Amino acid sequence: MSDIVSLKQHASHMRKLALKMAHSCGGSAHLGGGLSLIEAMAVLYGDVMNVTDKDLPYSARDKFILSKGHGVLGYYAALAEFGVFDESLLDTFLSDGSDLIAHPVMKPEIGLEASTGSLGQGISLAVGLALAAKKKGYTYQTYVLCGNGESNEGSVWEACMSAVSFKLDNLTLFLDNNHMQSDGMSKTVLDVSDKYAGMMKALGFQVIEIDGNDISQVLDAFHMPHEEGRPKAIIGDTVKGKGISFMENNPEWHHNRLTLEQYEAALEELEGGS
Amino acid sequence: MIAVTKAKAKLWSRLGARATFGQALLEQAKQREDLYAVSADLCQSSGLVRFRDEFPDRFINAGIAEQNMIGIAAGLAKDGTTVFATSFSPFVTMRACEQVRMNMGYMQSNIKTVGLGSGLIMSQLGNSHFGIEDAAVMRAIPGMTVIEPCDGGQIMKAVDALCDYDKPAYLRLTGGPGLPVVYSDDFEFQIGKAIKIKDGSDIAIIGTGTMVYYALKAAELLSEQGIGASVIDMHTIKPFDTKAVEAELDKKLIVTVEEASVIGGLGSAVAEYLAPLKDKPSQLILGIKDFFPHAGSYSYLLQSCGLTAEQISADIVKMMEGLS
Repeated sequence: MSDIVSLKQHASHMRKLALKMAHSCGGSAHLGGGLSLIEAMAVLYGDVMNVTDKDLPYSARDKFILSKGHGVLGYYAALAEFGVFDESLLDTFLSDGSDLIAHPVMKPEIGLEASTGSLGQGISLAVGLALAAKKKGYTYQTYVLCGNGESNEGSVWEACMSAVSFKLDNLTLFLDNNHMQSDGMSKTVLDVSDKYAGMMKALGFQVIEIDGNDISQVLDAFHMPHEEGRPKAIIGDTVKGKGISFMENNPEWHHNRLTLEQYEAALEELEGGS
Repeated sequence: MIAVTKAKAKLWSRLGARATFGQALLEQAKQREDLYAVSADLCQSSGLVRFRDEFPDRFINAGIAEQNMIGIAAGLAKDGTTVFATSFSPFVTMRACEQVRMNMGYMQSNIKTVGLGSGLIMSQLGNSHFGIEDAAVMRAIPGMTVIEPCDGGQIMKAVDALCDYDKPAYLRLTGGPGLPVVYSDDFEFQIGKAIKIKDGSDIAIIGTGTMVYYALKAAELLSEQGIGASVIDMHTIKPFDTKAVEAELDKKLIVTVEEASVIGGLGSAVAEYLAPLKDKPSQLILGIKDFFPHAGSYSYLLQSCGLTAEQISADIVKMMEGLS
């Protein structure tokens, strides 16, 4: 297991990369939900998954699906931070012809396993990947990251039911539960974000509830062994816009544009915090 | 490839489209290890009971959850595995439409979705189960192949060809037990290549699915009235075989007939091809008009949609009168 201090440094640097992308693209980006999942991404790419080993065959290389496709700022930052692609690629974010648009577009060569963006679909894909591993004796683990707003979609629950029914103890779902969504606080939209852990438990998931922005808790949760025959769900209680005080829990930063002043203030805050 | 004989054609006709499909996939599974089938609680309705019993590890039941079924199929197909995903046509093409669009369209996942009981064959079950818009919906998805076999032998050949086809596809199954036989002898089948069944000098009738048989019957009726009709089996409506239509441009009239909405399917594909041409025949688009037919027996439904051989031939005669 990696040391907490270095993972924290990676996470802090990833936040800077995310901010830089969001600012230099010159337009709006999904900052809030891209920052709440930074710790999960840092732990997955910096410690848990074996994807940075490019020589591994398909059957052995771990799979990651960003089901909440708008979380790309954290995703692309992780791929650059841990060398899956070159950091200079981040400079192309949202520019015409770039591989890095506002929702992932499948390109395995640069670590993008699937095209997502239409919410509630990635878990089904992950269930299929985990099931294929069971059927074919592949050794990879499958990880899927989804959002609390996304979990309003009925197809999320179709997928969760099947993950349990197929006894996928090679599948881990991380729920980035920042309690907000496009229209504001989840409790004012569809008031269920505090019920997801109970729902997953009721279905038969192995459920671990943590502070999803605490590196040490995230690390422990991913390393907790799978209970035999059960998929694992890590319900990460997170803060939307985590790390930048004027963005935290502020619905305006679900999808917004950073002025130069805001960008500099945000960077300064991160510098102070690392 | 499986050869059609008179005896086999008779058997498949008796079995109908769904059971023939199930048998076709079973035959392929015996020869191919890396072939999976998923269904949404419709193993039996897909004719896949023997497949499931003989290859339990390669049959996956997703439960009544078509959206999840397509996502699971995409996960299974990610290493290049061929996966067939079956459900009744509206459920697999419209309930799961966005999953189909993302996985099979955007990501070009190697899934073959099978629309069971498309067109009007679900008869008394009503419009909830009819396949009216599925051809149009699937044809509109970029990168999708759409195949509509006209009889049991063609289902066998299409399934065989699809197993060697590395692109996503929609297999639209029309007709039920007592399926018409178009080919009682062996024939060549190639995805994307139409088959000219009959040559005629005045008009061309292009059919797909069950309507190929009705087109042939209509052509017989027309010949009694001195109208010579070519009949073309357009089993693949996307990618579209423009050459097959090009060969008919000397005709006075091109007729399309399909057991699907007149909006967006075969008729539209032909119209899209004809539109920019300067000198071209008129086109008559026959199919299910823009309405939900009242449920009833299959023959009652064909009648109410104007899709019997007599109605097709009468519509053509009327159109010809207007042209001359």
